[in-house]
Amino acid sequence: MSTYIAKRLLAAIPVLFGLSIIVFLIMAMIPGDPATAILGSYATPENVEKLNRDLGLDKPLPQQYLIWLGNLLQGDFGRSFTLNRPVLDEVLERFSATLILAGTSLVLCTVFGLLAGIVSAVRQFGWTDRIVTFFVLIGISIPSFFLGLLLILLFAVRFKLFPASGMYAIYGGGDLPDLLRHLFLPAVALAVIATGVIARLTRTAMLEVLRQDYIRTARAKGLSERKVIYMHALKAAMVSVVPVIGLQAGFVLGGAVYIETVFQWPGIGAMLVKAISTRDLLLVQGGVLFVAAAYVFVNLIADVVQSILDPRLKS
Amino acid sequence: MTTAVDTDRPADKHARRPSAWQLLMNNRLAAVGFYVIFVIVFVALLAPLLPLQDPNATSPADRLLPVFTDGHVLGTDQLGRDVLSRLVWGTRVSLLVGISASLLAALFGSLIGLVAGYWGGRADNLIMRGIDMLMAFPYILLALAIVAVLGPGLLNALYAIAVVNIPFFARNVRGVTLGLSRREFVDAARLSGKGHVSILLTEILPNVMPIIVITASTTVGWMILETAGLSFLGLGAQPPQADLGSMLGQGRSLLFTSPMISIIPGITVFMIVMSINLLGDGVRDTLDPRLRAGALNRPMPVTKINRRTTPEPPGDTGAAALSVTGLETSFESTAGPQPAVKGVSFSLRKGECLGLVGESGSGKSVTALSLLGLVASPPGVITGGTVTIEGRDMFTLSESEISAFRGSKVSYVFQDPLTTLHPLYTIGEQVAEAVRAHRPVGRSDAWSKAVELLKIVRIPEAEKRANAYPHELSGGQRQRVGIAMALADDPDIIIADEPTTALDVTVQAEILRLLQVLRQERGLALLFITHDFGVVAEICDRVAVMRFGEIVEAGNTAEVLGNPQHPYTRRLIACVPRPGQGRAFLDGVRELPPETGRTGRT
Repeated sequence: MSTYIAKRLLAAIPVLFGLSIIVFLIMAMIPGDPATAILGSYATPENVEKLNRDLGLDKPLPQQYLIWLGNLLQGDFGRSFTLNRPVLDEVLERFSATLILAGTSLVLCTVFGLLAGIVSAVRQFGWTDRIVTFFVLIGISIPSFFLGLLLILLFAVRFKLFPASGMYAIYGGGDLPDLLRHLFLPAVALAVIATGVIARLTRTAMLEVLRQDYIRTARAKGLSERKVIYMHALKAAMVSVVPVIGLQAGFVLGGAVYIETVFQWPGIGAMLVKAISTRDLLLVQGGVLFVAAAYVFVNLIADVVQSILDPRLKS
Repeated sequence: MTTAVDTDRPADKHARRPSAWQLLMNNRLAAVGFYVIFVIVFVALLAPLLPLQDPNATSPADRLLPVFTDGHVLGTDQLGRDVLSRLVWGTRVSLLVGISASLLAALFGSLIGLVAGYWGGRADNLIMRGIDMLMAFPYILLALAIVAVLGPGLLNALYAIAVVNIPFFARNVRGVTLGLSRREFVDAARLSGKGHVSILLTEILPNVMPIIVITASTTVGWMILETAGLSFLGLGAQPPQADLGSMLGQGRSLLFTSPMISIIPGITVFMIVMSINLLGDGVRDTLDPRLRAGALNRPMPVTKINRRTTPEPPGDTGAAALSVTGLETSFESTAGPQPAVKGVSFSLRKGECLGLVGESGSGKSVTALSLLGLVASPPGVITGGTVTIEGRDMFTLSESEISAFRGSKVSYVFQDPLTTLHPLYTIGEQVAEAVRAHRPVGRSDAWSKAVELLKIVRIPEAEKRANAYPHELSGGQRQRVGIAMALADDPDIIIADEPTTALDVTVQAEILRLLQVLRQERGLALLFITHDFGVVAEICDRVAVMRFGEIVEAGNTAEVLGNPQHPYTRRLIACVPRPGQGRAFLDGVRELPPETGRTGRT
C-alpha cells in the first residue's frame, strides 16, 4: 500500500510541473510590457527596469521559465503591488479560509450526495426517487452565486438565522460557534451543485452494480437486503463514485470564487477577483498555483482511496 | 414495470422506427426543456422588433420602481432603466456569448481530438498530456487566470470559457476517432488514395458528429452559466453593456432593499441552464442509448410473484427434499410477458442428484433461480406453480422468511465464478460472511470456519489464500470458493447452475469429483443444471430434459441414456462425441424441426 501511495505521489510531480508551465505560459501571454502590468501603471521606470531584469525578460522563454520556477521553489512568489506585501504571505493567509469553506462543502456534498443517490437508487421510481431527482435537477442548474443571494435573502435577511457575510463577527466573535454560524450558508451554497452531481452518479452506479451477478450471489447466501445494499453494492459503486468526488473538489475550489465574493468570505477566491480587477497579476498567479496544487492533492487522495477500495487497481 | 417513468417510451410494435427527433420529443422532460429554451431564444432573437423601451435609457425620477408598475412590468433598476427590456437584451447577450463559446470550444476541441486520434502515436501522446494538464486545473480557475491576463471584458470572458471547455471536446472526440481510424472503411479510403484531410473530413468527421453534438449539448449550459458567473464577478460584460450575469452582479448591492432586481435575472439564468440541461440529457439518451441512466432497473430482493395457478404438491412430500409443481416463470417486456418456464414439475429426493438438462435458453437456469425467488425482477415474474421445501410453499414466504431458506436450507453454486464472486472482498471474507449469514458466529470463529471450508474444497494453503481476492485465483479455484460458500451453512440442497461450464476439461473433472464426494459425505441433495449429458451420466441418479421451458422427458439416468424416448433427448446425448464416431456425429446433432407452439426464447 505504502509503495502505491509513494508511486502516486511521484506521479503527481510531473502534473505539478505541467501546472506551473501552463500558468507561466498564460502569464507570458500578457499583452504589452509585463513588468508594467505586474507593477501597475504608477510604477517608477527604475522599478520597471529592475523587475524586467529580475524576471529575465531579455532571455529566451525556457530560460525565463527556469528562473521563474527557481524563485517559486525558494518560496519567492513576488510582491503584490496593491497590498505591498509578499504574495506568499497573503496567499497562505487567505488559503486557510478557503480550505475551511471548500473542505466543509466537500464533506457536505459527499455525505448528502451519497445518501441521496443511494436512497433514490434503492427506491427507484418511488416518490423518494422522484423528489431526489427533482432537487438534483434544480441543484445542478442553479447558478451558485444566485443561490447564495437567495440564501442570504431568506436565512439572513428574512429569518435572521445566520449572518449574511464574513467569517467572524466583527465584535466579540472569533470562536468556533461563531465561525460555524458564518460558515453555514456559504458552505451550503457552494455544496449544492456538487451534491447534485454526486447524487446523480451514485444513483447510476448503484443501479449498475445491483444488476451484477455477485449481488445475486450475496442474495443467494441469504444475506439481509440491508447488507446486500450497504455493503456489497455500495462498496462496488464507490469505486466509480470516488474519482467523481475528487473531480467535484475542483468545482468546489473553483466555485469558491463566486461564493466568497457573495458572502465576503476572506478566502483566496475573493482575493483573486479583486486582484484581477486591480490587475495585480503576481497575486493572481500565486493564488491560482496554490488552488491548482490543492486540487491535484485532493485527486491524489481520491486515487489512493479508490485503490484501497479496489484491489484490482494495484496489480 | 407499470409505473409511469418519464424516460419510458411506448413501444409502437412493428411501426417504422421513430426518428431521433420523435424519440427526443417522446422524452417528456427533454420536450419541456426544448419548449422553454425555444421560447427564450425566440424572444431574445426578436428583441429589436419587440415594443421594448431602450434598455440603457436612464430616468432618475423612476428609480427602483416595483414590479407590475404601469409601463414597467418588471420594475426599474437603480438608474430607472426598464428591467424587462434589460432582461430581454441581457438574455440575448448571455445566449450569444454562451453559444459562441460553445461553438469555439467545439471547433478547436474537435480539431485537436481528430488530429490526436487520427495520427495516434507520439503526436497523440503529447497532445493528450497537454489536455490532461489543462484538466488538472479547477475549471473556473483557469478561466479566471485567462481573464486576468487578457483583462476584464465580455469578449475575453468568452475566450476564457471557450478555452477551458476545449479539453472536454478534445477528449471525447479523440477517443472515438482513435477507434474509427483503425476500422476497415478508413483503411479502404486510404488505399483508394484519399489524402489525410479528406479522410478526416469525409470518413471520420460524420461518424464523430454525434459525439460532438452530445458534448456540446451537455456543456453549453455550463458555458452560459460560467460566462454569467464571470460577468457577475465584474470580469465579463462591462457597463453600459449588460448580460444576465452583470445584471445580477449590479443588483447585488441593492439586495436588501430591492431584491427583485437580482432575483429576476437569476431566475432567467436558472431557467436557461435547466432547460438546456434537460434537453442535453435527452439528446444524449437519444444519440447514445447506452448512457441512459434511468433505464436501468434495480432487481428486487425477491422475484415478483403473481400466480394464476397454485397447484397442490403431490401427496407424499415427506421423502422429497424439494418438490416443484407446475412452475411458470415469465419475463415482462414491452411486447407482453414472455414465458420462459411453462409448467415444470419435478421432485428431488433427499441425498439424490437430479440432472436438469437442456440447451441454452431451454429455461433450466430460470427454473433453478425461480426456486428461491432469485430471478431478476423486473423483468422476471413467477406466474404459477408451487415450490415446496420442508412442507412450506416458497412463494408464500415474506422476504425475510425466504432469506432464511437461502444458503441455510438451499444454496447455489453459479456458473461463472469470476462474475459471481464479489471482486472487492477477499474470498475468506465472502465465505465467512456466508457462515455468519444465519447464525450468531463471531468474526474470528467465522474466519476459521471459512478457512476450514476452503480446505474441504481443497484450496491449497487455505490460510494464506483466504486473504486473496477473486481476481488473484484461477478459474477452478474460484469455483471451489463458490462451492465452499455454498457449504458454509450446511444446506440440505445444493443447486449447481452449470458449475463447470466456464472451466476447462481437467478442472471440470476435479470439480465434479469434489461435488460427488461432498454429496456422499454430507448426504446432500443436488440439483445439477447442465447442457452436457456426459456430466449427467457421471454424477446424476435421475435426469429431466428441458426444452422450450418444459420438461420433455424424465427418468433414471441409466434408462434415459439407454433408451431415450424424445428425439431432443437423443440429440443431446449425441452431442457427447465418442471416439471413432466419424460423420455420424454430425447427423446426430442436426437441428430438430421447431415444435409447434414454440414461444419461448431460444
